[in-house]
Amino acid sequence: MELLVNISLLFMLSLTVIAVVRLKSLFAIVMLFGIYSLLSAMIFIALDAVDVAFTEAAVGAGISTVLMLATLVTTGRWEKKSSRSSFLPLLIVSITGAALVWGTLDMPEYGNPDNPAHHHVADRYIEQSPEEIGIPNMVTSVLASYRGFDTLGEVIVVFTALIGVLSLLQVRTPPSVAETPLRNENRKLSRPYPVLQVVALVMMPFIILFALYVQFHGDFGPGGGFQAGVIFAVAFILYTLTYGLDDALALTPVSVLKALAAGGVLIYGGTGVVSMLLGGNFLDYNVLSSNPVSGQHIGIIVIELGVGITVASVLICAFYAFMTRALPDQGQKG
Amino acid sequence: MDSFFNEVISGALGRYNYWVVIFLMMSGFYVVIGSTNLVKKIVGLNIFQTSVFILYISIGKINGGTAPIVWANAERYSNPLPHVLILTAIVVGVATTALGLSLIMRIKHAYNTVEEDEILAISLEEDEDE
Amino acid sequence: MDVVTDLISWIFLGLGIFLGLTGAFGLLRFPDFYTRVHAASISDTLCTACFIFGLAFQSGFNLVTAKLFIILILLWLTGPAASHALVRAAHTAGLKPITENSD
Repeated sequence: MELLVNISLLFMLSLTVIAVVRLKSLFAIVMLFGIYSLLSAMIFIALDAVDVAFTEAAVGAGISTVLMLATLVTTGRWEKKSSRSSFLPLLIVSITGAALVWGTLDMPEYGNPDNPAHHHVADRYIEQSPEEIGIPNMVTSVLASYRGFDTLGEVIVVFTALIGVLSLLQVRTPPSVAETPLRNENRKLSRPYPVLQVVALVMMPFIILFALYVQFHGDFGPGGGFQAGVIFAVAFILYTLTYGLDDALALTPVSVLKALAAGGVLIYGGTGVVSMLLGGNFLDYNVLSSNPVSGQHIGIIVIELGVGITVASVLICAFYAFMTRALPDQGQKG
Repeated sequence: MDSFFNEVISGALGRYNYWVVIFLMMSGFYVVIGSTNLVKKIVGLNIFQTSVFILYISIGKINGGTAPIVWANAERYSNPLPHVLILTAIVVGVATTALGLSLIMRIKHAYNTVEEDEILAISLEEDEDE
Repeated sequence: MDVVTDLISWIFLGLGIFLGLTGAFGLLRFPDFYTRVHAASISDTLCTACFIFGLAFQSGFNLVTAKLFIILILLWLTGPAASHALVRAAHTAGLKPITENSD
């Protein structure tokens, strides 16, 4: 049964990719990419990677797609007919693909418990992490504690990407406070998208509540700072799409978002420094409390919070920058 | 003859998802090198990236395993390490995609096109003018 | 008792599959954009409801049932809203529906 599900999902993925290669309408390509991400999220669930699945669903089908659509608004939605011959790329791709398939013949069979990949460090994570870290979700223990240094690097990469985006694209300064009351009056009189705005308003508290649940329940079930940050960002993206950029900027000013993005990295790095000051190694949470296991708990909750804050504010801020570029006129929405 | 076929079939069943991943990867690669539109190239790059994610997660899967969250009835757990690597890679991936897309927006602003060959032609002209 | 709940559950699941297929068929066969969205979105709400009811009968009365109903509410809110957004965007972009008068 599982085999059947896997094969049909992989088949659907292949069909989607073939359509992406053949189509010329960039709008359709971007939508198909969203479907591709959603399908791969389903594959991740079939392969037991629940944490990965809902990160991919939120990121790939949600945020990536929205960012690409915002780009299409400025760049146009049709690909020009290429004058270049497709023979050479096809040849290169076929040769590379054939070499890779040949390489897989030496790979161990899929799903075999004796594969070397499962017996280097994974044994220790599976057998000892419930006692050493004391939380049921092994993915969170490995992410936040065993490989905490690596995760710090990744949070910094996300933060650096925001610096790059903001140095390339400017976020519009919202209209001054003096104009705001009048504008709000006007908006009450004519809601441009009543159905969507009401639905978005109803959904938003629940999305944020879910994000907080994912953030703080990540020790026990699938979840954690990365997923929570992405879901949190989705709530604000939904708000921006239905109510317009100016309202969203009034709700979450860019200066605050920038400070939060840096603050999250600071919380993460600061935890490492605190653990050094208490006599441990960098990011060694055992020393944070008298009991090593509760020290691990404190450390993981604090750094996951830092990750969540950084990821959410980076994605929201990058989205605002994209929307500024995509919708340069005031009052133009959607 | 029968045993040969059995071997081929079991070998294929043990590797089909690697082959699909390679197909997806190469399609993404083809889009990156074969198309001239920069937005489509980014989509191709993302397809490539997601196929690598599927490869990693397939390597981490253990037959009969469950998601790596402690559970009283679990016989064995799938390998949590690839999950951790890919989880962070997805979020880093979207951040770098955002950077790439914002570069494309600036290129559109500067050259008024996002087709690679047109950009090359314009920048060649500019070089000759100097 | 088990047989009865199983039977009810399978009836709901079967109905859900039928409605889903009807929607897909309409999406492929109907003449223009608006009728296609109509076919897909209308059958979609009842289709998901049937699936959720079928699964609820499978799961019995516990926390999973509550989660299933939360999913149902979510789908009922977002599905029609998404169809609305889609059609509205097409209308704003100037896509004209086929009417009796047009050829």
